Amino acid sequence: MVVLSNYLMFSSILLVIGITGIFINRKNIIVLLMCIELVLLAVNTNFIAFSRYLGDYTGQVFVFFILSVAAVEAAIGLAILVIIFRNRGTVSVRKMNDLKG
Amino acid sequence: MDSLNVYILIIVFFPLVGSLIVGFTCRVVSNRFSHTITTGMLLVSAIFSFKVLYMYSFESYLPFEKTLYVWGNIYDVKFEVGFLIDRLTAIMLFVVTVISFLVHLYTIGYMQGDSGYNRFFSYISFFTFAMLMLVVSNNFLQLFFGWEAVGLASYLLIGFWFKRPTAIFANLKAFIVNRVGDLGFLLGIAAVFCCFGTLNYNEVFSSVDSVISDNSVVLNTVISFNTVSAVTFISICLFIGAMGKSAQVPLHVWLPDSMEGPTPISALIHAATMVTAGIFMVARMSPIFEHSQTALIFVLLIGTITCFFMGILGIVQNDIKRVVAYSTLSQLGLMVTALGVSAYSAAIFHLVTHAFFKALLFLGAGSVIVALHHEQDIRYMGNLRKYMPITYYTMLIGSLALAGIPGFSGFFSKDLIIENVHLSNLPYSDLAYYLLVAGVFITSFYSFRMFFLVFHTNERIDPHLGVVKEPPYVITLPLLILAFFALFSGWIFFDSILQNYFGSAIFVKNLDNSNFLLKELVDAKHLFLHGILSLPFLMSLLGIVTAWYLYCFNINLATTIKSKLRVVHYILINKYGFDAFNQYFLSFGVRFFGKILWKIGDVFLIDKLIVNGVPYLIKSCSNFVKRIQTGRLYNYVYIMITGFVLLLFGLLSNVT
Repeated sequence: MVVLSNYLMFSSILLVIGITGIFINRKNIIVLLMCIELVLLAVNTNFIAFSRYLGDYTGQVFVFFILSVAAVEAAIGLAILVIIFRNRGTVSVRKMNDLKG
Repeated sequence: MDSLNVYILIIVFFPLVGSLIVGFTCRVVSNRFSHTITTGMLLVSAIFSFKVLYMYSFESYLPFEKTLYVWGNIYDVKFEVGFLIDRLTAIMLFVVTVISFLVHLYTIGYMQGDSGYNRFFSYISFFTFAMLMLVVSNNFLQLFFGWEAVGLASYLLIGFWFKRPTAIFANLKAFIVNRVGDLGFLLGIAAVFCCFGTLNYNEVFSSVDSVISDNSVVLNTVISFNTVSAVTFISICLFIGAMGKSAQVPLHVWLPDSMEGPTPISALIHAATMVTAGIFMVARMSPIFEHSQTALIFVLLIGTITCFFMGILGIVQNDIKRVVAYSTLSQLGLMVTALGVSAYSAAIFHLVTHAFFKALLFLGAGSVIVALHHEQDIRYMGNLRKYMPITYYTMLIGSLALAGIPGFSGFFSKDLIIENVHLSNLPYSDLAYYLLVAGVFITSFYSFRMFFLVFHTNERIDPHLGVVKEPPYVITLPLLILAFFALFSGWIFFDSILQNYFGSAIFVKNLDNSNFLLKELVDAKHLFLHGILSLPFLMSLLGIVTAWYLYCFNINLATTIKSKLRVVHYILINKYGFDAFNQYFLSFGVRFFGKILWKIGDVFLIDKLIVNGVPYLIKSCSNFVKRIQTGRLYNYVYIMITGFVLLLFGLLSNVT
């Protein structure tokens, strides 16, 4: 039987994968966006797991919100990405250090 | 009384008016205009002061005090301009205005053709005004105003030929040395205010007695004083002011150097009037000084030291004006000694006679200098009697008066002082007596050394000098008038001085001595006869004979003595090392100290450590912090997440 802790474990693994992706990714902003998506999915999984566990559907409603917001975010993120590529000719994260002190 | 008020206003303010008119227009008006205006104003002033002196001496006017104007108010303290006229003031007014007038007259001849002619007249009129303000004042603050204003005039006039570096050095020296004295004077005034709560003379003098008898503690500063020591403190502080102005050891160093100024100034300021301001001040403060024996002993010792040791220096000087300057120092010391033994009236009497004969000597020296086209070294003079008879005879009178030969004015005043010192039972007064008598010998020796070297002996004048002749009448007339006073002022004033002329103006605690002297000396004629056999007269005669023997009769002996006593001569030429001490120890010391403060305090501590240090600290901090700002996304995220995790961890561990 699949218990709550399994879900939580799964979502934590997703979260850590997402965050680690943000850390170690040095090349590509697209990967960055995907990693953010992964983090959101980890949250969603958490919501669904708790909603099912507690018998409260509010969590699942939240998931819909998050998914739609994530879709919007992805759209805007990709748009920004296209603009960055047009301006710089690259999407490398390593090169984006304009804020260096 | 109203007319007296007007007289005083005229006496005091006419010189100021003259000075202002000439001073503001000195670049446009002619020389003739400027000397007519200022000398005319001084003549009016002198006439009225003679009138005032007459009124006080013969019509027995009572002391008169009036506040003219209150220029400031702090709580119930009033800062006033006012007059206090009594016999002391009247006689000072007379001396100051008469000598100032004669010096104005003399200046017309002496400064002829000088580019600063008008400026000079403006300055000396201003000086006269300041001196008169000092003399007539009825409160300490106005006294201080006059005190500083005469100092300013002296500074301006010593440095009158401001293109000469020596003159600039001399006037700065005079100014700075006087500041030292003025500090003491100001402290004294402040202490007077602390103790008595007022600055008015009469109020202070009348409360001294009650404060002394109440024995209430009156001065609490860092050190708390009891009544007697407070009065001593006040007296000594005030006397330090007098030491600066009247050039007493060790604040005398400026007076010989002040001879860099034009000769009329040396006569007016540095012989007759300004330097006697200290004597006048102490005489005026006699009700305070009388209550402190310690202060009087201090005054006595300083005066005696000045009188004796400064006199000796006159022997080795070769500049005609410096010889007279050292004799001025010595005579001022004599007056201060008189103050020390409470013979205030004798001191003022000597002040008056000295003012006349010393002004005469200075103006005579100036006349010689003019005739010799500004040669001042007595080694290059000699036998001037042939060329300038008027100067010769007037200088002779002046020198005899200075030496104290019976009949001349200096004799009466000097003898009175020496008798007073002899009678005094203050500690050290015996020592003072012998030093003064020795001082009489020295005085007559060096004044006749100068006299013989200038007017007798063989001619040593530079032959290329041109014609040597008697200067014009504007120079000789003042000499004649002063010679008249030098001859007769002793006869005129002696009797009344002896009979307590100053009355309530001067307070003497113990009248035994003056009563005894009155019985002993009786009057001028008596003293004249008595004086011929007295010790001081024999000493001064001995001095004259010695001077004649050494410089006219047996010239080689003087050089032999000089080479035998080379060490003594060296010490005397270097003025006991006072100048060297001041120069190398005090002024260089102060500069060295200042340099240390500058290098360590300012440059290192403030500039380097504080002003530049704060930005440097900020910069190095931010250089360190800057490294964190890599601008790379993943670093920020790493820090953010780590921080968040740590925060979470902290929160959770707290909850459980």
